[in-house]
Amino acid sequence: MGGYLARKTLVYGLTFVVAVTLNWLIPRLMPGDPVQRMVARAAVQHPETIASMTEYYERTFGLDLPIWQQYLNYWAALFRGDLGTSVWLFPAPVSEVVLAAVPYTLGIMIPAILLSFVVGNSVGAMAARSRWLDNVALPVGYLITAMPYMWLAILLAWGFGVALGWFPVAGGYDFGLVPQWTWSFALDLLQHWVLPFLSLFLVALGGWAIGMRNLIIYELESDYSNYLAALGAPKRLIRQYAFRNAMLPQITGLALQLGTILGGALVTEIVFAYPGLGKLVLSAIQNQDFFLLQGTLLFVVIGVLVANFVIDIVYVLVDPRTRTGLTGATS
Amino acid sequence: MALAVNDLKVWYRTLRGDVKALDGVTFEVADGEIMGIAGESGCGKTTLGKALIRLDTRMKHVGGTVVLDDDELPLADDAAMRRYRYREVSLIPQYAMSAMNPTRKIGRMIRDLLAAHNVRYAEVLPELERRLGLVGLETDVLKRYPIELSGGMKQRVVLVLSTLLNPSLLIGDEVTSALDVSSQKAVARALVEFRDHGFVKSMIVITHDISVLFQVADTILVMYAGHLAEKAPAKTIINAPLHPYTKMLIGALPKVGDRYEEQQLEGIEGRPPSLLEPPAGCRFRDRCPLVHDRCAEAPPFREVAEGHHVACWAVS
Repeated sequence: MGGYLARKTLVYGLTFVVAVTLNWLIPRLMPGDPVQRMVARAAVQHPETIASMTEYYERTFGLDLPIWQQYLNYWAALFRGDLGTSVWLFPAPVSEVVLAAVPYTLGIMIPAILLSFVVGNSVGAMAARSRWLDNVALPVGYLITAMPYMWLAILLAWGFGVALGWFPVAGGYDFGLVPQWTWSFALDLLQHWVLPFLSLFLVALGGWAIGMRNLIIYELESDYSNYLAALGAPKRLIRQYAFRNAMLPQITGLALQLGTILGGALVTEIVFAYPGLGKLVLSAIQNQDFFLLQGTLLFVVIGVLVANFVIDIVYVLVDPRTRTGLTGATS
Repeated sequence: MALAVNDLKVWYRTLRGDVKALDGVTFEVADGEIMGIAGESGCGKTTLGKALIRLDTRMKHVGGTVVLDDDELPLADDAAMRRYRYREVSLIPQYAMSAMNPTRKIGRMIRDLLAAHNVRYAEVLPELERRLGLVGLETDVLKRYPIELSGGMKQRVVLVLSTLLNPSLLIGDEVTSALDVSSQKAVARALVEFRDHGFVKSMIVITHDISVLFQVADTILVMYAGHLAEKAPAKTIINAPLHPYTKMLIGALPKVGDRYEEQQLEGIEGRPPSLLEPPAGCRFRDRCPLVHDRCAEAPPFREVAEGHHVACWAVS
């Protein structure tokens, strides 16, 4: 187990370095100059003022240095927890801006992932034993899982927001309210949360249900299930074993799906103008805010890496076959 | 009489009609008897073995009865059969290598299975450990996962597990087929020992390999295309078979001492008939050297000498 952990940590460490490097590089390859933009925003005409302002901004953001030094500074700042200063929201530090957005994204993603995983797997397992449920769950599952996130989000916004008027369609809370620890604000927050959460939840749900249904049918026809049945084991025990074994590929699936779900969360936030990381990415791109974009994507990368790492560990704990591969089989 | 099977018919439902895999078989297995069933692929021997313990979803019980220790088994009623499974009838499946849940420790799996039969694991554990010892396994296999065991070890664990509640009848389907010769011998010996110790009262050993039956079986039943061909003590089947199919089957085995450079090992020409629409009369007649007019009528399975039954017009 120790060797396995060390190997995994090394792989994840390398992935992190590559991701951070790309993350630093990509905004610099984008067209446009953020400093020019800031100077233009100040609407000054005097050439000398423009020159001194440009110089000031470039020095502030460290853009006057050679490119390799910018890269090293970026790493050094990273370890100090300093992600730079936002261009768009100057002079707010990027880390503050990002940290304010993270709870919103996690707030829709974590419940959506966990609930869809639990509910989807349960529905799939039930569908495998009930013809009626199978005939309903399967087509519906295929339909919702094939929908692009933003399209479903727009449908929900139109249906529940505009047509029925049950839920607000934009923002993290009402524009007229100020964030505070009161029940009315919490309720408002919850109302704004429902639709973005629902669109993520529904798309993921269908995939889990279909996957679980197929896996459990396969497991129920496997040799160990037949043997148990021949030895008079009750259906409950056989299903319990089948469900447990069918969960293993689903856990792998969860690791693979995380990136996709995150991508979905980002576009969903944009549809609902939800103040999470997705909306931040869009604003950062629109405003050519290198530092904000870098900072946001860095959080995304770290989130996916940490989640995958956790799943890797969980998998080893639940599947003995992977474990023997680590210690060397004894027979 | 441990087991009495009377005119048992079990068919497979398929889209093209019913496959009459087991089409009226009648035989008895005595207490303490190990009966071997031999026959080529598709003759109905596995169907017979499965029919006695658990019909799969495609199989249907068309007719006939099975009586085990004076109790008629409710073959067609899956829920009612559950009472007899494991305690009365048990099975060593064809797929013993993959018969155990790969993600549960073997001991844990046995505990779960016993709990389902209202048996306390702790009570059975000393006996379980003793029997593992009998087949040459350490007791720590209970703490292992199936993948940590070799094929022969898994086969022996399944043997011990399947017979743990001392069933009246054990069905062993191709028990030795996937093993190398030395493991084959160990498993064959264990089967006989388990009968001798009284762990199982009687046994049906299904195999395509007659030479294995010669080592373990008291009697051998030869099947052909869903019908019985011949049943006799193992020695008689090997040394003095009567049915032409049995003769040809035995003739196809190599003998120790014979050299097969000069002479060719004989096979049996042709193929068994389709069981979708089996021909009337004797099903072997298309391949039979002794065929004559009478064979258009199905021959009865008649006793020609004590304990020797044959279904052939030419013999009886």
